[in-house]
Amino acid sequence: MAAITLIEGVTQALAWEMAHDDSVVVLGEDVGVNGGVFRATVGLQEKFGEWRVFDTPLDETTIAGVTVGLAAQGMKPVCEAQFEGFMYPMADQIISHAARMRNRTRGRITCPAVFRAPWGGGIHAPELHSEANEHLFTNVPGLRVVLPSSPARAYGLLLAAIRDPDPVVFFEPKRIYRQYKEEVPDDGEALPLDVCFVLRDGTDITLVTWGAEVKEALEAADALAKEGVSAEVIDVATLTPLDFDTIAESIGKTGRCVIVQEAPKTAGFGAEIAARIAEECLYDLLAPVARVTGYDIHTPLYRLEQKQLPSTARVVAAAKKTLAAG
Amino acid sequence: MPIAAKFEIEYLQYLDPEGKQVRKDLPDFAKDTGQMVELYKLMVSTRVFDTKSIALQRTGKLGTYASCLGHEATHVGIGSALKPEDVFAPSYREYGAQLYRGVRPRDVYMYWGGDERGNDYVNEPARHDFAWSVPIGTQCLHAAGSALAFKIRKEKRVAVCVIGDGGSSKADFYGAINIAGARDLPLVAAIVNNQWAISVPRRIQSGAKTLAQKGIAAGLHCIQVDGNDIIAVKKAMTDAVELARAGKGGSVVECVTYRLGDHTTADDARRYRGKQEVEDAWKKDPVKRLRTWLESKKAWNQKQEDKLQAECDEWMDDEVNTYLETKAQPVSAIFDYTFAELPADLAAQRAEAIALEGGH
Repeated sequence: MAAITLIEGVTQALAWEMAHDDSVVVLGEDVGVNGGVFRATVGLQEKFGEWRVFDTPLDETTIAGVTVGLAAQGMKPVCEAQFEGFMYPMADQIISHAARMRNRTRGRITCPAVFRAPWGGGIHAPELHSEANEHLFTNVPGLRVVLPSSPARAYGLLLAAIRDPDPVVFFEPKRIYRQYKEEVPDDGEALPLDVCFVLRDGTDITLVTWGAEVKEALEAADALAKEGVSAEVIDVATLTPLDFDTIAESIGKTGRCVIVQEAPKTAGFGAEIAARIAEECLYDLLAPVARVTGYDIHTPLYRLEQKQLPSTARVVAAAKKTLAAG
Repeated sequence: MPIAAKFEIEYLQYLDPEGKQVRKDLPDFAKDTGQMVELYKLMVSTRVFDTKSIALQRTGKLGTYASCLGHEATHVGIGSALKPEDVFAPSYREYGAQLYRGVRPRDVYMYWGGDERGNDYVNEPARHDFAWSVPIGTQCLHAAGSALAFKIRKEKRVAVCVIGDGGSSKADFYGAINIAGARDLPLVAAIVNNQWAISVPRRIQSGAKTLAQKGIAAGLHCIQVDGNDIIAVKKAMTDAVELARAGKGGSVVECVTYRLGDHTTADDARRYRGKQEVEDAWKKDPVKRLRTWLESKKAWNQKQEDKLQAECDEWMDDEVNTYLETKAQPVSAIFDYTFAELPADLAAQRAEAIALEGGH
């Protein structure tokens, strides 16, 4: 068993599921011969042929709409937007059709599709190639939004997303696509789509995050440990439907919480988590909930891009302030 | 002068507005007057249904409704060109095609009457068709995706979408015909050019001389037909569907007709189009045209017409009564179809909503 990166976890999951389920097809721009601009679909067309690993015309609206049509006919399409900023033309098909197909037909037609996209900033990419926009989809009923942050979770959650009978927006944090390798057994074992991952146990404070910021949150926990603070780190890899129980349980233990989110602050998904904490955990809190987020700005072009990404230092500072309060 | 490409668009018409046959080479189905009478009956049923729908809306028993008045030949012609195993992706007023494929009037009443069960078509083959599509043009891509599924699975099936003249301006329409041409998908896009997209006339939608020729750019077969002549519509659509089934390419079929009614019951077309234009359009009425032709063939008479009208009235009354007697679903239904399995948070919201209803 070879150690693989996060993006190789994506490829491995696609290959496994295509080999075991003929109805799974991959489509998008450059997914075929080229193997995807990030190499997520590398080698798949050779194995499964050009009709199952399908290069589309260069039109995201077409990709998303054709994906809905495929899914409605009993296929399990996994389509790719080359970057999360190109999900915007897809949004009409995702929101107006994929997410509501089951409900508006009272279950007659369903849409078991996965809409994949490399997500987030930090790789010196051009404009609209560096967005953290998961919150635009977390408010859509009937849609799952998934954001894995490790090779194993990319593999297990993508398998689960493909097998899920409902549409899934599957964002992949491109900043940590190749951050590290880990051994991921290619055994077809999926991970649950409705459980948060507790990456590190702690007793003094809870750091809640998702996506590439998992890296900073874990680094912050290391830094805090050196100062004798025990931080619990939760990866909300399956944003919607949200597993709030895991977060509530942690706060019941620590009484303190910092939410770390790459996306802009206002009405980001962290706001939902903070609201739920206020509704359900207020009396467990020893200090106000803190948020460390991107600013309410457009992702800067890459000279200043790092200023927008919550740094480990900002997370540590917020944690210390929370620990000092109350 | 070297020419890079050349094209022309055929125009097809068998019956003129007066119901006179203008071509001798009738297709086989049109030589079978029994079959033509059945198509006529469905066109009349569709019109009676439409009249009833508007009356229901005017008396507060139906929500906003999109009329199909004047589209009967186009819609029934399209519906009758598909085989049962094919897939139909309508916009939101193709009732004639849908009745042909087993959608019941009560389904339409339910949907426009504010109940999602109207989209849960019970009868095959409509059961495997798409539901009405409210955003303009998006259904064209669902048909293209279906056509791709058929091609991948090597099934001899065809996907047919309907789009209006306004809808043919949408990127979704262009995207669908583009991928169909690029990948030789069994897709037929029927443009129902009824001259008006709410208040915006056909000439403002496109500078193209015909809407059919949009298919040329995509590499598809293209034809324009008199959409008030059901023989022309059925012939062109059947040819297109069978070409696609045989793997010989997709098509764009433009059916030129006229929206005799308002866009929907929420619209008042008198605000933006003249009386004379509508009166002129009535002279091309597709239902009267077919009836005149059938009568000239001694295949139809007043007695049969009276009987048909009575049958249609009775049918629609039954459907209306069934619709009006169908109670709204319990509040739980608004949650139960959001996901295959109810997530825990949504289950809690569902319980809260049920409690607000006193446990029902």
